[in-house]
Amino acid sequence: MSTLTTDSIKEATAPRPRFGWLITDSIAVSRRHLLKITRVPESLFFALIQPVMFVLLFAFVFGGAIDVGPGGAQAYREYLIPGILAQTVMFAVAGITVGITEDASKGIMDRFRSLPMRPGAVLTGHTLASLLQNILVIAILSITGLAVGWRINNGFSDAALAYFMFASFAYAITWVGAWIGLHMPNSEVAGTAGLAWIFPFTFASNIFTPVATMPEWLQPFVLWNPVSCLALAARQLFGNPTPLLGDSFPERYPVELSFAYCFLLLAIFAPLAVRAFKTRNK
Amino acid sequence: MTLAIKASGLTKAYGEVIALNGIDIEVEQGTVLGLLGPNGSGKTTTVRILATLLQADSGTASVGGFDVVTQPDEVRSVIGLTGQYAAVDEYLTGRENLELFGRLFHLSKFDAAKRATELLDRFDLSDAADRGIKGYSGGMRRRLDLAASLIGRPNVLFLDEPTTGLDPRSRQGMWSVIEDLIAEGTTVLLTTQYLEEADQLANRIVVLDQGNVIAQGTSNELKSQVGGDRIEIVVESASDVSKAAIAIAEFGSAPAITEDLTKTILLPVAGGSTAIVNIVRKLDENNISIADIALRRPTLDDVFLSLTGHVTENTEEAAGPAKGRRGRRGRG
Repeated sequence: MSTLTTDSIKEATAPRPRFGWLITDSIAVSRRHLLKITRVPESLFFALIQPVMFVLLFAFVFGGAIDVGPGGAQAYREYLIPGILAQTVMFAVAGITVGITEDASKGIMDRFRSLPMRPGAVLTGHTLASLLQNILVIAILSITGLAVGWRINNGFSDAALAYFMFASFAYAITWVGAWIGLHMPNSEVAGTAGLAWIFPFTFASNIFTPVATMPEWLQPFVLWNPVSCLALAARQLFGNPTPLLGDSFPERYPVELSFAYCFLLLAIFAPLAVRAFKTRNK
Repeated sequence: MTLAIKASGLTKAYGEVIALNGIDIEVEQGTVLGLLGPNGSGKTTTVRILATLLQADSGTASVGGFDVVTQPDEVRSVIGLTGQYAAVDEYLTGRENLELFGRLFHLSKFDAAKRATELLDRFDLSDAADRGIKGYSGGMRRRLDLAASLIGRPNVLFLDEPTTGLDPRSRQGMWSVIEDLIAEGTTVLLTTQYLEEADQLANRIVVLDQGNVIAQGTSNELKSQVGGDRIEIVVESASDVSKAAIAIAEFGSAPAITEDLTKTILLPVAGGSTAIVNIVRKLDENNISIADIALRRPTLDDVFLSLTGHVTENTEEAAGPAKGRRGRRGRG
């Protein structure tokens, strides 16, 4: 036992590569957030209930009024689920904005910043925990979708790529939320500001209705909107209806464009957020 | 002598509000410096700069021999910080909090768990270790917070108003815990607005007011700046008051003040405790019976009043929001 102690202390004090620290620190911080979810299971419950409600509302209430081509109600349900998945990933961002603002205004942030940990790990840990929660929500939502008539019509590899795409986008977009959260004065403001930008991106998109039904001046925005790309790409990969407007670039290469958006969001907002974190209150 | 903390010419302004106006601080290894001042005097700003949380506008500072600006990681690996509010995660248990901070200090899983148990035992939190912090009392939270700051066995400990808002019993508890740490040789920088606290814990005291160092020295040195000791004698009979005052006048450093109504004589003296013996003997020779006799040393409250011309904020607040010339200015 005594040898174990000395060995492990030696290992702990031995200088490790900083990148290694970023990983272990991030895991420690994300564990904190996951523990928090188990302590307040209500937060997870309501994160699940909202998208499920949307599925039920659009599948059975509004869906009948929206035409996505031949196939009627069944076709709309297949059209709907990839859209709802994209919407869920977007809405989850508001949560991390509030969480980051709340954390940043509390004493625990001072504690983190006075520890010899990698500063970025406070954010990577938080975003990783949020990703895990997102993956769970996406899984539950897919099951709900299957229950109301959504089907995966293409092969396993396409479906796996679609889920990987959702997870990548979910992770990348939380960095935007984190960056916004670091600029908010308190969690009340973060709650409203964190949602304000999400609405236009989420709803001025193809997630519920085909682009063709929208005014012409809005169509370019809708076509290039990352949320539309994500939903369209997922529909293609799952083999769900994809009523196209024409043959614009985003409609021809939605999968490639979605991954490009993921990369861009991460490349821009992760460094911005880390910098905002380091300079906040300095 | 080795300096654990050295800061010179630190300035910091928040917009137009000057929080620090060029202060110098030196703390010798293994000693305790009390940073004393009212709210808004710059105490917290100083601690935040030294703990690498805040960047000074100008001036230099080093902690444990490392520069706070160019070597923040090295500084962070030798310090512990306990702030005004408990910097722990509300939703986690005490043990989970300590293990989290241990991991972030890059202890192995095994060592983090071991250290957490050690600290929980030491701070009398073992019974509550696996309960959520939400159910902790104020005193328990502070103890956990202090435990969290000790995870990495820091050489230098910053205690920013460690007992503010605690009831007297919890405060006594915190003091004895802090005294133990000091006895182990930890260098401590303690900020407080309680004069009694600085008196009790600190070797040296730096008095801050409006971002300036207005006095420093040991508690006794500061007190002697205000004036020496006084002996307060209450006699049994009112008729003895003036007789007694004349009898003991030779031991005083200044004329005695008498109050017939309260049967009290106040005599300023130079050598406090020896004077008491002489006075008792003299009064006895003169058949004057004493109801009460005490040596009164000036308190740090007296020090503050004489240095700044105003009393500390606490007393001022109690007296009402009068003056207004000392509004809240940035962080304490």
